[in-house]
Amino acid sequence: MTEGTLTSRAAPEGTVLIFSGRLDAEAAAALWTAMTRALAAKPNVIDLSDVDVMDSAGAILVLRAGDAVAVQGGSADVLAVLERNRAALKAAPVPSETPREFAPITRFGGAVYGGMQAALSGIAFAGEALVAALRVMFRPRLFRGGEFLRHLDEIGLRAFPLTLLLGFLIGLILAYQSSIPLKRFGAEIFVPNLVGISLLRELGALLAGVVLAGRTGSAFAAELGTMTVNEEVNALRIMGIDPMVMLVLPRILAGILVMPVLTLLMNLAGLTGMTVVMQSLGFPWSAVSNQLQQWLSLGDLMGGLFKSMCFGLVIAAIGCRAGLSAGFGPRAVGDAATAAVVGGIVAIVAMDGVFAILFFRLGI
Amino acid sequence: MNDETIIRVENLAVRFGPRTIFKDVSFEVKRGEVFIILGGSGCGKSTLLKALIGIVPIAAGRSEILGVDLAQADAEGRLGLLQRIGVMWQSGALFGNMRLSENVELPLEEHTDLPRPAREALARAKLGLVGLGDAAGLLPAEISGGMAKRAGIARAMALDPPLLILDEPSAGLDPITSAGLDKLILDIARSTGTTFVVVTHELQSILAIGDRCIMLDKEARGMIAMGKPRELRDTATHPTVRSFFRREAA
Repeated sequence: MTEGTLTSRAAPEGTVLIFSGRLDAEAAAALWTAMTRALAAKPNVIDLSDVDVMDSAGAILVLRAGDAVAVQGGSADVLAVLERNRAALKAAPVPSETPREFAPITRFGGAVYGGMQAALSGIAFAGEALVAALRVMFRPRLFRGGEFLRHLDEIGLRAFPLTLLLGFLIGLILAYQSSIPLKRFGAEIFVPNLVGISLLRELGALLAGVVLAGRTGSAFAAELGTMTVNEEVNALRIMGIDPMVMLVLPRILAGILVMPVLTLLMNLAGLTGMTVVMQSLGFPWSAVSNQLQQWLSLGDLMGGLFKSMCFGLVIAAIGCRAGLSAGFGPRAVGDAATAAVVGGIVAIVAMDGVFAILFFRLGI
Repeated sequence: MNDETIIRVENLAVRFGPRTIFKDVSFEVKRGEVFIILGGSGCGKSTLLKALIGIVPIAAGRSEILGVDLAQADAEGRLGLLQRIGVMWQSGALFGNMRLSENVELPLEEHTDLPRPAREALARAKLGLVGLGDAAGLLPAEISGGMAKRAGIARAMALDPPLLILDEPSAGLDPITSAGLDKLILDIARSTGTTFVVVTHELQSILAIGDRCIMLDKEARGMIAMGKPRELRDTATHPTVRSFFRREAA
């Protein structure tokens, strides 16, 4: 079978386009530009007499001429393919172009509206969670202890190795970096003060929060997002079970309780890393310990731990909300997980700023 | 329908670990036929289909599609064959982040040099053929189960393959939509000469569209019947086949 070709000739009835050979996808691709040029000459007839085989792509090529151009010749099979595709195209009109909107204003308006919607739904979510918590306080049997323990294990116990590793490395890095400028003034002995205060007051809670948001917030969002997409959450509601009580409260409570432990571990590991550096710089353990005891107070530690509990609450709540408000389709779960991580990290950094001002004013 | 053999399967067996799903399955499918693979739940219908197209490894026997043995074919031969087979998956398997027209355009974009306007027109034609002409701009999440199955068929037909394989096309559909889908399959088969292999256990569909069928059985771990569906319904002596066609508890 020969390759598809397109030629034209002048005839009494006007310009005739002559197709021949095999009109398949390959030929249609090769002849598309030639057909565009040929159509510019306003042909009157298309001759398919020499076409051996035609598939849908070939038919689409021929049908570009429109209904006004007469078709002549062609075997029954070829004409059947052509007519089938002509009918199918008629059943599928070209979608009309949507009018162009003034994109920047539309986008800005959409972003403002979306932000307000998100804020309102966040408030509604917090309210629902509070009501659910009060219900559980009055009817403790509603609380799912097994679920709560599972989350404690998953987000707490299993995060210990990562937390310890990160804490140790952060302590090590902070100590090395701060020892460089302090060495100029012969003040390396104050490295434990700097690292200790940074860790206990700020970094311990903040880094544990980042670990929780990245590891657990996304997992909450993905798990609840999948349940939402699979309509399991709707099934719970229809069974008269409040998803807030069954799914959200155990996670939030686990987040609140786990965060101080992770923060404590992060602090201990960080101080250990710092001690290793100090020893490598020639300071004995007793000197490091003396500095820490002298300059760190219980208030520093407790302030950090209190903040971490608030971080745990916010990260778990944001993760759960992202999951429960997941949309439809395969991207919904991924979007929910991203929203949980980004929202969680932004929220804890913003909260940390608020706490910094608050603690400063209160003299803590 | 003519005598050209599109699929030839000889003594096919599939095992998952020590568990034999089926063995000694042999049949031939002729060009233009609507061939049904039927059987109860868990008998290996979908596994047989996947073994035919090379997704599930074959433990014994051989299968040849359009003259190519997928198990023996090199990468080029395999790709060439896969471009001549269209598959509609049980759930439609439409790509959720693409509109229906883009789903249909995807194989055209990947396997042909057609310019964009040609691909768009061809996708519209395929969607028009399955009755989804005005749904081209919708996302899979915005359409019903029946529409998703039809869109799956449109995508499977994008490259005009001579063989279309449909996995449970009627599953989960209401009788009217299911009957519409059966009519669509018959229309395509009769008008384009496309060969269909349909995996189903929907009795109405089997009787409506099937030219020939084989029946798999979980207990027998293989094929227990082959023939024309209506003949099997009326004359089969195997108790499972009789129960199946008469909708009786085994």
